[in-house]
Amino acid sequence: MSLSGAWYLGLAAVVFAIGAIGLLVRRNVLIMFMCIELMLNAANLTFVTFARMLGDIGGQALVFFVLVVAAAEVVVGLGIVVTNFRRRETTVADDLHSLKG
Amino acid sequence: MLHTSLLFAAARPAWPDILVFAASAAVILVGAVGVVTSRNPVHAALSLVMTLFGVAVLFIEQQADFLAAVQIIVYAGAIVVLFLFVIMFLGVDKREDVEVEPLVGQRPLAFIVLSITLAGVLAMAATAHWVTGAHHVVGPIQGNIIAGNPASPSGEPAQLGKQLFTNYLFAFEATAALLVIAVVGAVVLARRPPASPHEIAAEEAESELSS
Repeated sequence: MSLSGAWYLGLAAVVFAIGAIGLLVRRNVLIMFMCIELMLNAANLTFVTFARMLGDIGGQALVFFVLVVAAAEVVVGLGIVVTNFRRRETTVADDLHSLKG
Repeated sequence: MLHTSLLFAAARPAWPDILVFAASAAVILVGAVGVVTSRNPVHAALSLVMTLFGVAVLFIEQQADFLAAVQIIVYAGAIVVLFLFVIMFLGVDKREDVEVEPLVGQRPLAFIVLSITLAGVLAMAATAHWVTGAHHVVGPIQGNIIAGNPASPSGEPAQLGKQLFTNYLFAFEATAALLVIAVVGAVVLARRPPASPHEIAAEEAESELSS
């Protein structure tokens, strides 16, 4: 609690960038999902840091909602992955080109 | 008393805090890089657990004890296990070839664009003020000290609960609806598509033949 908040925010920015790079570079849908989780965690760390810097509990309440949305997103996303794997036997995003409009 | 100690600590960081931050930052970064670079999805999921633990430590360091516990239970306990379950269920835990680059020039482009973005954010960190909003809008954090009266516990989980069920009540109910929708969606997705009448007739003829 004594370190300046800028350290935490810088770390969160770096983690967010790593997650975004992974999302752009990797082809496995499961690993792309994990990279989204990394980015959500970076955002959560930012929220908690700002909650501490502003002395306001609202940031922590928002993290709570982000957690719920992340859980719902993972459930639906993995459901789609399983359904797709059943039809096409693949989890590689490049092999899903037939989904384009 | 708490307020003055906070001010004093902000003025000069104590070395245990620096040590905790450095250690958990190292754990977070190693885990994050592991998620992106590991070829085996199982290894990526375990690296993700590492990152989540590091973030939970930083939550505790910033007096968000309840959120740290939720982070471990929900993320590391439920979401990553769900990931691992799907990886094992689909049998895709074999190595992926990350050497080939399907889109030529995509990786350098991703690195360049995100380096520029990151440099912009960090430059803002160096030059601008991070916090420009008003303080204590929703409710102040009073720390985790339990007041002498056990009938009215203060502390961060109690404050968080109070805010969730007063200021954020509508959002809380909306998340309840969201979770129900997600569960229904997962059930619909997991269901096998109903067989067409033609297929049912074919199956019946097959069973008659075999009996």
